Order: sequence, then structure tokens, then C-alpha cells
Amino acid sequence: MTVTVPTRHGRGSGLLMAAPALLLFGLFGLVPLVGVVALSLADWDGLGSIGWAGPANWGSVLTDGATWDALGLTVKVMVVSWLVQTPIALALGVFQAPRGRGRALLSVLFFLPLLLSAVAIGLTWQALLDPSFGIGATPGLHWLAKPLLGSPELALYTVIFVIAWQFVPFHALLYQAGIRQIPTALYEAAALDGAGPVARFVHITLPQLKYTMVTSSTLMLVGSLTYFDLIFVLSGGTGGPGTATRVLPLAMYITGFQSHDMGRASAVATLLVVFGLGLSLLTTRLSGFTRMDSRQEGM
Amino acid sequence: MRGIPVNGNLGSPRIRRLVASAITLTAAMGLAACGTSGPSGSSTDSSGKGLTMWALNDQTILKESVDAYNKDHSDEKITLRLFANDDYKQKLRVAFGANQAPDIFFSWGGGALDDYVKAGKVDALTAAGANTDRFTPSVMRSATFDDKVYGVPANGLAPVVLYYNKKVLSDAGVEPPKTYADLLAAVKKLKGEGVTPLSLAANSKWPTLMYLEYLLDRQGGSEVFSKIASGDTSAWKDASVTQANQYLQDLSKAGAFGDNASSVSYDQGASTALLYTGKAAMEVMGTWEYANIVKAAPDFAKSDLGYTAFPTLSGGAGDPDSIVGNPSNFLSLNSSTKNKDAALTYFKDYVLDDSQVDAYLAAGSVPPVEGLESKLAAVSSSTDKKWLTFVYDLVRKSPSFQLSWDQALPSDQADPLLTNTDKSFLRQISPADFGANMSKAGS
Repeated sequence: MTVTVPTRHGRGSGLLMAAPALLLFGLFGLVPLVGVVALSLADWDGLGSIGWAGPANWGSVLTDGATWDALGLTVKVMVVSWLVQTPIALALGVFQAPRGRGRALLSVLFFLPLLLSAVAIGLTWQALLDPSFGIGATPGLHWLAKPLLGSPELALYTVIFVIAWQFVPFHALLYQAGIRQIPTALYEAAALDGAGPVARFVHITLPQLKYTMVTSSTLMLVGSLTYFDLIFVLSGGTGGPGTATRVLPLAMYITGFQSHDMGRASAVATLLVVFGLGLSLLTTRLSGFTRMDSRQEGM
Repeated sequence: MRGIPVNGNLGSPRIRRLVASAITLTAAMGLAACGTSGPSGSSTDSSGKGLTMWALNDQTILKESVDAYNKDHSDEKITLRLFANDDYKQKLRVAFGANQAPDIFFSWGGGALDDYVKAGKVDALTAAGANTDRFTPSVMRSATFDDKVYGVPANGLAPVVLYYNKKVLSDAGVEPPKTYADLLAAVKKLKGEGVTPLSLAANSKWPTLMYLEYLLDRQGGSEVFSKIASGDTSAWKDASVTQANQYLQDLSKAGAFGDNASSVSYDQGASTALLYTGKAAMEVMGTWEYANIVKAAPDFAKSDLGYTAFPTLSGGAGDPDSIVGNPSNFLSLNSSTKNKDAALTYFKDYVLDDSQVDAYLAAGSVPPVEGLESKLAAVSSSTDKKWLTFVYDLVRKSPSFQLSWDQALPSDQADPLLTNTDKSFLRQISPADFGANMSKAGS
């Protein structure tokens, strides 16, 4: 990677080239955001006129135990998803990286879940996990005939499993691409020095993948913070059993579109934006991603 | 949430940070778009004279009335759009908020319809304009607010009844339960036989609520919920509410619903299937379930399907003949419609007209129309005739027909109601907590 020193001319043309993206972002990112913040100070049931509520929505959202329960579940989904998805995606990426027809075929198969819509995945898994008529009804698989989506203790982990099933292929693809960019010279040199496969993985592959990992983790963490559709479908739109899978985005939806309290829902939405921004800034800062120094200095 | 990873030099740190924040914000802003996506319901066709109408996708007979209307009015047709049950209400609300609502819409009456009425979104109907006098008065109450009628019934009476599998019950040596005590005793015997006593789609939550509605009505009488529905939230703390929850939890503790109820969602049809495949012995459900069973398992419906009123409670203050459920679904008129006359013509001459009544009866559903005795007597299938007479008599002799709570209450209380019902069912809260939580949510 070469480092170009930005000149006055270069910076100007950079802004020009970023203009379309910035414009779209402003229109579809910032304008709705301002709208949501404004709505969070209003009283609106989605039908009648919009009235001024002041900080009342914020007070009731922040003092409501249900909000913090939902946030706790969201953090749990985030952390467990990261812990489950990262090693599997890394392992699959390592497996897929070398060229070969068998690997290519398997890679295509692994990739399939990513092509399906979340609603289709949700309905399919809901049917598969039905204890009476799903895979649990197959001879030999009766141990699966448990209320995986129905028990308050298991439901969240079942949901996390299905999310992983959907997104691991994407992160595996990231790692596969990352591994293919590592110069073979590094591995050859290490092999000459007598490093085995494990040592090469630990001392070459992992350090070289640092930025891929940061990218993947940021997408995973922020993605799970706002993840909604699959959980909505799997829990029948209620975040149940009880409130066992009612993560913050789902709580926001239910407040806004089932209880028709747009003001409170907007306050929750604003909270989510703040958490999401903070989280992504934190990951990029802690990992040194913003410095973006080369992992191949001296090569 | 997926994004495209950006590799390579992105320019100055400030721009990089900006891009990182932009990705995050875009991801987060996906939220703001939730619920507004999907096909928008444009209100009229290009000629400007046509009408749009929204209903649920199981309303195939209602669709025939639209087809009949369209045949006679080819210059101002009604475009009918059908939706799945679980998300219909949200979709309708968003469409009204965005001024993209249909001209004619389908609802359950009650508090949810009253929300629209209060916001001035629905036109009142007159007896002369929509010929509303032909409908059963107790049913019309669900669509009447401040003495004005805001909807016409569009399909059959839907009280909640107890269905049972005759073969499973007789194999276990159990009689169809008449009282709650019978029910508890039957549960013990049926469990011993290895079948699920009561099939329940608890994942959808509203089927669980049906038990609470009946148990409260039987225990405390219909006045308790009438008080709540009229806005007195302290009535949730009535001792009978706690007792009703206690009865529900006792059933659940006794294993009446099996181990898997909270995994079963109603829209997938599994709770119905459990009953006709003999994996479950009984199910408490609305009368629409009869048509589902006939469609899915016609032989079972002929020979092994039994049904009876919800069991009574000895010592309860309520009238044992009272029923709960959905009196009917209603069609209402959007007040901003451009072609009111066409809609009223449809309401007056096509909704539940003679051929519609016949079609509903043939499908095993009793429409809320006065004076049906002669038509009932003329039904040819004896299986259907028995069922239709059962429903007709059940409704006729009932002193009160309570609309489902989640429809009767204002929509901001529906979610707390369903969530607390589920928690009570799962025994995550005590019977007394239910009333306390609900009275807090309502105030």
C-alpha cells in the first residue's frame, strides 16, 4: 500500500468525488435522523395531529425497566453473535482461501444463506424448529423436539444461532478475500524457518488479517445492534416468549407500530443511533483502524 | 445489516472517520424506514372513479361479493388487496398516517376502530345509506360509537368455542368437559395417554388471551371487563382478574398445553393440525377454525370433530351462557374517499346479500343477519347444519358477547395486554401481577 501525500488539489477533487455519496447520505441518513430526533420530542399516535411533548418521552423511555431489559438483550445478542460468528467465519475463510474445485463448490454452498431474504429464513427456521411437525419429528432427531423458540431460556440462543447461520457466509467471504491478499512470500519464508501450519496461522495469517477482523467485527457488532427482521419473524412479531427476544429495535417497532406511540419509539430510535455511533467509533479507535497503518511495512 | 468493506486509502483521518460514521449511521437509519416499506396502497385507479379495499387473505367469500360488484359496475371497480393477519393492523395504521389508506377497510371493530373514528378518518353510516338494520344488534355494538354506526359486518359470527377430537377423548375415556373441574380432570387423564390435552398457539399470544377472557367472564361476570373497556383501569385489580389468571396458571401447571405450546404460532396452522392429527385432544379457538379444519381434514370434520361451549366455573359470578370472541369483522368507509356513493352501493347491495349469506352458510359460518332460521333449516350437509345451528343458538341465547380484549381496548394497550398474558401463561409473573401491570399500563 503506497501512502500518497494529499495535496491541495487532491483533497478538492476527493471532496468532489465524495459529493454524490455525501448528498445521498445527507438526504437519506441525516434528514430522517433530524426528523426522528424531532419526533422524539413530540406526541403522535400516527393518525391525528402531532403535538409537543417536550422531554416527557425521554423521561418515560429512560425510566422504563423494559427499555433497559431490551438493551441488555441487544448487548447479549451482540456479544454472543460475535463470539459465535468470528471463529466459524475465520475457519471457513481459511478453508475457502486456497484455490481448488472442491473448495469452490463448497464455498458456493456455504454462501447460499446470504442470498435468502431474512423473512424467508425466519419462516423456514420457524417451520423447521416446530417441535411437533419440524425436524424434531424425524426419526433419530427426536432430541431436537424441544420448544427451541418457545422456551424463555432457549429462545434467544436459538435466534442467535439462526442469525449466525445467515451471516457467517458473509464474514467468511471477507476473511477469504483477506487471506488471499497475504503475500505467499511470507508463508514461504516462514516455512523455510521451520514454522508449522499452526505457527504460520498464528504468526502470519492472524496478524495480517487484523483490519479484516476489525471491519468484520464492526459490521457484526453494529449490525446486531440494529438487527430486526429475522427476530421479528422468528418471534411471531412479538419478541416473545414473554419478552425473551424483545431486543431494542423490536421494542422500538412495537412501541411505534403496535402501540402507536411514535414519540417514544423515536426516542428509542435515537438511543439506538447514539449507541451504534459510539460503538463503531469505539471499535475503530481501540483497534487502531483509524490510523490504518500498513500491516506489510518493509515488504 | 450488510455493508461493503472499504479497503485501501481513504484519505485524511477526518474523512475516514466520517465514512465510518456514515456507514454506522446508514445502518442505524435503516430503523427509521421500518414499517413504511412495501407496496403502497394507492387510493384510486387511474380513472379516479374506482375504489380500493383491504381485507385479510382468508376472506375468500368476501372477495366474491367484490367480484359480483365489479361485474355490475365495470366503470368503477373495487380493487381488493388481501393481507396476512399478523401485520395487517400495522399496515392499515401506517397507510392512514401516510394518507394512502384504502377507501374501504376491514377491521374487528372495538377500540382499534374507535381510534380511527376519533381521528376523523371514518365516515358514519346511516341505516338508510348502508341498510344496517338487517344485522344482529348485539354484533353492531362493536362498530357503534356515540350511537353512530361506523361499519357493516362482513363475515360470520366468531365466538370462541372448545373443539375436541372425539376419538382421542373416547380412547382416554374422557367426556367433553362441561366445567373447569371436568377440564382439569380430563387434562390429567389425557396426559397419561401421552397426548397434549389442549392445543394452543401461544407463540401468537392472542390464542392464550382467549382463556383469560372466558375465565374472567365466568368468574367475575361480563361487568368487570365492561368497566375496564370504558376506561376504568382500576377494575384490572378486581379479585376476579387475579382468580382468572390463577385458573390459567393452574391449567398450565397441570400440563394442559404440553411442553411446546409457546413454539406454536397460529398462522402456520400447527395448532389446528395438532387437533386433527390426534396429537392434541382439544383446542379453544374462534369459529373460523371450523372452516380451516374442514379444508385441511374433511374426513376428520365429518366423523371425529366435536365442539362445545367453553366450560363453566362452579362458584363463578358470570352467566355460563356468555360468550367471548369476535362478533364479526367489519367494513368501514374512509372519510377521504372520492367515491362515497359507489362504496355505499357496495355496502348496501353486495355485503352479506342473499348469495353471500348462502356462501357463508355453505362454508360453515353464520353471518350476523337477522332471521336465518329458514336458511339454516335448508342447509343440505348434516355435518354443517349441526355446526351452524350450534353457533347460531350459542349466540342467540348468550346474554353478552364480549369482543376480544385486544380488539376492544385502545391499541396502545394491546401490546402490554398480550405480553402480560404471555408472561402469566409462562408463569413469569404471579396471578396478581397481571392486574397490577395492566392497570399501570392503562393509566
